Amino acid sequence: MNPIIRLRQIEKVYRMGSEQVHALRGVDLDIARNEFVAIMGASGSGKSTLMNVLGCLDQPTGGVYELNGLRTDRMSAGQLASVRNAQIGFVFQSFELLPRATALRNVMLPLVYSRRLWLGARRRALRSLERVGLADRVGHRPNQMSGGQRQRVAIARALVNEPSILLADEPTGNLDSRTSEEIIDLFKKLHAEGQTIVMVTHEEDVARHAHRIVRLRDGRIFSDFTTREDPIHGEYLNRMMQEALFAVREKDAERAAGAPGAEAAP
Amino acid sequence: MILVRLLLQTVVLALGQIWSNRFRALLTTLGIVIGTAAVIATVGATNGLKAYMLSELQSFGARKVFIDGDVPRKMRGRMSRAQVELKMEEIQQLIGQVTTMETFTPLFFGSYDLQAGQTVLRSVQTLGIWPEWHEIEARYTTMGRPFNRIDEEQHLNVCLVNDKTTELLGLPLDPTGEFILIGGRRFLIVGVVETRILGAVFGGQEAQAEVFIPLSVAMAMNPQRRFVNFLLGNLKSEDLAEEAKQEVSVIMRRIRKLGPDEEPTWQVGVVQQVIDQVNRVGSAITAGAGGIVAISLLVGGVGIMNIMLVSVSERTREIGLRKAVGARPSVILMQFLVEAVVLCLVGAAMGLAIGYGLVYGLSTIPGSPLEKASVPVWATTLAVGFSAFTGIVFGMFPATKAARLNPIEALRHE
Repeated sequence: MNPIIRLRQIEKVYRMGSEQVHALRGVDLDIARNEFVAIMGASGSGKSTLMNVLGCLDQPTGGVYELNGLRTDRMSAGQLASVRNAQIGFVFQSFELLPRATALRNVMLPLVYSRRLWLGARRRALRSLERVGLADRVGHRPNQMSGGQRQRVAIARALVNEPSILLADEPTGNLDSRTSEEIIDLFKKLHAEGQTIVMVTHEEDVARHAHRIVRLRDGRIFSDFTTREDPIHGEYLNRMMQEALFAVREKDAERAAGAPGAEAAP
Repeated sequence: MILVRLLLQTVVLALGQIWSNRFRALLTTLGIVIGTAAVIATVGATNGLKAYMLSELQSFGARKVFIDGDVPRKMRGRMSRAQVELKMEEIQQLIGQVTTMETFTPLFFGSYDLQAGQTVLRSVQTLGIWPEWHEIEARYTTMGRPFNRIDEEQHLNVCLVNDKTTELLGLPLDPTGEFILIGGRRFLIVGVVETRILGAVFGGQEAQAEVFIPLSVAMAMNPQRRFVNFLLGNLKSEDLAEEAKQEVSVIMRRIRKLGPDEEPTWQVGVVQQVIDQVNRVGSAITAGAGGIVAISLLVGGVGIMNIMLVSVSERTREIGLRKAVGARPSVILMQFLVEAVVLCLVGAAMGLAIGYGLVYGLSTIPGSPLEKASVPVWATTLAVGFSAFTGIVFGMFPATKAARLNPIEALRHE
């Protein structure tokens, strides 16, 4: 089967005054249908640039990008807008909801610009809100909702046009750990329903839920493994395990030391 | 299809934006509001004044031409008025040669004491006229008969009076057949002429006592005076105004044997030319109003541009998001352009309301010459059209700025 995303020798060079900054130095990447991929890397590794290229927000300065068999690297701004509208759903770190619009209106926004889906936009938006579990918050404005609910609205908006890929940029970056888990669970559910998801994150803890981890360093792909085989991830898990074990032992030791005194107290 | 739908949505969106910033929007559109109100009020008032003047002039007689002697400015003090007044021989020659006019009457002003029985009226204006006067002035008799050629040719001592004279002299309601003394002579009243009150423009206030006698009689009562005050005539048609003026000038020059360099010793007043002038003045005022609009719309437009630039920078992230979810640059451009135009149209609507209110207020002032003040459709159309145009012109720069925003940078904004 053909991959949904096919990148070949993607390069991106920014000009900063007289200096040239190579954000991407030849990236080859294939992502198949229904993959759940985490893109990781330190800041400056090029992961944001890659994300922008994948989302058709930015044009690479070199290389070939095929999205669903469609070459996008030579498209005009207007054509790219159409591609984004039809093929891509964005989830941003800071939600980016329109503050004065209700959840429903926010979710309907992409359909406003759609050529084929505007009929029945309301129905589609309602179904999308149902999918993220917010059927009872349709008429709420962003300031009447919690952070997790806001991000769910944003996810519903990303899903409303039935995109080929869901692109999430640090989707849990502005959320506490418990809410983060809720959002991750939602991603997993969507993935199980067949959605292709590409998620940019710098948290190993979030990335471990993806099925594949692509790591970038200095504008190149540094490693690309399934999550189970990823050595860095394994090492990370190991360390977490060690730390957890260490903590448990500490606690046991404390209890062992403190137990006689505790019994003698009353 | 998609365009119409987007346009409608955009208009709704723009109205929402304006409503949520209504105070700011109000201040922004003040220039447009004032400009529109000013032009509507000015045009409305001018229109009313013009309509009033024209109707006055029409009732005065648009086709009327006055010819009378006039001492040229250079000759003031060296030439007497009596030297230049129209003589009957000149009038006969003029009437014989003029082709652009028809129906003439000389006017001979006199002032005599009237007496009926024991009642005396001092110094009443007594006008010597030809029978054609009735037709030119469109003043006919309400009782009795008008003058005819026999009265004139036979020098009959007959007179016409108006209601006021009848009343002041204590004559019966139908005074025809009564005798009165005019300057000591006995005259038979043959008819009553309707009184016509002219508007304030022509100095007509209250009805005054008037007496009319045949021209030949009036001249016979003043044997030492060989001239009349005016020659009054009608144009054959209203568009002959300028031609008549030229023709009379040429004929008079010949009659009075004036060289080409000499100043004319008469003047010709054509009512139609006054009407033309009123029309010209009206157009000039309207053009002036157009100037006001242009300037205030320019000022208003700068305000619109300013607020749109603020709006674009305030909503940079929103623009970024809209672009990310698939709004084409042209759609963003349209969104902001429509917002600017809607803002201008809201201002224009407020201005129209104020302008119409002012015009209505002016027209209801009792007795004002602006009773007929009304706003022509073209003025409204023009005001609205220009406001929309201002929105497009001054909204273009901010809208282009919004359309060209890079979505990545816009989403990263502040």
